[in-house]
Amino acid sequence: MNVPDDLKYAQTHEWIRAEGDIGIVGVTDHAQEELSDVVFVELPEVGKVVAAGETAAVVESVKAASDIYSPVSGEIVEVNAALQNDPGLINTSPFESGWIFKLKISDPSQLEALKSPEAYREQIS
Amino acid sequence: MPNRTPLYDCHIAAGGRVIDFAGWEMPVQYTGILDEHRAVREAVGMFDISHMGEFLVRGATGEAWLEGLLTNRVAKLSPGEAQYTLMLNERGGVIDDLIIYRLGPDEFLLVVNAAKIDEDAAWLQKHLVDGVEFRNVSAEFSAVAVQGPKARDVYASVFGTELPPERNRVLSVSFQGSSGYVVTTGYTGEDGFEIIVPNAAAAVLWNALLAAGVKPCGLGARDTLRLEMGYPLNGSDLSPDRTPLEAGLGFFVDLEKGDFIGREVLAGQKAQGVPARLAGIVVTEKSPPLRSHYPVFVDGAQVSETTSGALSPSLGYGIAMAYLPSGFAKPGQPVEIEVRGKRYSGSVAKKPFYKKS
Repeated sequence: MNVPDDLKYAQTHEWIRAEGDIGIVGVTDHAQEELSDVVFVELPEVGKVVAAGETAAVVESVKAASDIYSPVSGEIVEVNAALQNDPGLINTSPFESGWIFKLKISDPSQLEALKSPEAYREQIS
Repeated sequence: MPNRTPLYDCHIAAGGRVIDFAGWEMPVQYTGILDEHRAVREAVGMFDISHMGEFLVRGATGEAWLEGLLTNRVAKLSPGEAQYTLMLNERGGVIDDLIIYRLGPDEFLLVVNAAKIDEDAAWLQKHLVDGVEFRNVSAEFSAVAVQGPKARDVYASVFGTELPPERNRVLSVSFQGSSGYVVTTGYTGEDGFEIIVPNAAAAVLWNALLAAGVKPCGLGARDTLRLEMGYPLNGSDLSPDRTPLEAGLGFFVDLEKGDFIGREVLAGQKAQGVPARLAGIVVTEKSPPLRSHYPVFVDGAQVSETTSGALSPSLGYGIAMAYLPSGFAKPGQPVEIEVRGKRYSGSVAKKPFYKKS
């Protein structure tokens, strides 16, 4: 199972890549495998303010709809529009072209509370 | 403690992802629902349906007894033939939908839904009459459904003989020294067959089918396949509060055959019209997958909720079923379906949603 070393992880299987005060968020390889065939992604609206742990998007497989929680608080600044026509990117490229949204992080200290790659690997093993 | 079918280890070995279904640990998928759905539409797949119930009915008055408990006319069946039928409560509501197979002049096999085995058996026991032998043999038998355009080739290669060309047939077969039944029925809209064997023969059968190239398929694909055909699922689309006429199953109800439990209510509905009908709905704009219990609107007012729904893998758009007031249950009627607070345009559509080209 792929767990990249340069990311932080949430208990609820989201990852975040911090670039300055911008965080890029998606779901992990483990999560996409559990979800299996993703057929629809409901993206947040740009400008929406979300709190850490709040639902920011919904990913639907054939069988079920799953909430995607924002790992940290912030304002949504960009969403991955490519997922609207190709939701399967979440399955094929969960850490790259399958990213879901970017947000302006309001409290960088929240990143410290997230899991390290080692801790997340432990969680899913 | 959930039940496991005799094929549980086979599912794990094939990479099956197991979920609870009506108290049974069943595979929801192996490689993926879309992949398995496609295999059944284009080639051949198999489903463990051992959790379903099997009842045997014997006796010279067995036919007459069953006529009084089921909606379709049992007398139409010659030995070796089967029909879809329903068992109703006194209010005309559906207890269960099932398939009845006539094994001989005085011998019948009933295959019922897993979730309803106990309730069905109790109902039949309660109405049992002298001279009829009723046996619930659900715990003794396993079953595998083999479905898809290549199912016939698989049958010929595994059993060394041709499958009967007609649907709704039952024949006794011998497999690995055990006697069982092969039936030409299914729940996918594809050609195919189902094999019912004693538990001890189940794994050998599964592995023989696997070796013949049949793809294991889970409950997820079973659900999308049946929904594309507009086949109802009891507990979702059928209920004790809805009659088969409301469910659009009038073809399987014979009001002329004599009395049966629930008949009076159905005859009244036939004369006066049904208040609601189970309608097919398609969305006509891009939408999330439809699921059960989504609100349905006509002209801005909520009129119902969906009983089943999916993003149809074969068609690529959302399909659903809902009981709509009869005036709205006509093909072409515009509706809206609400998903997480957003409404999506759709319209009532004829079933089946999916037609073989």
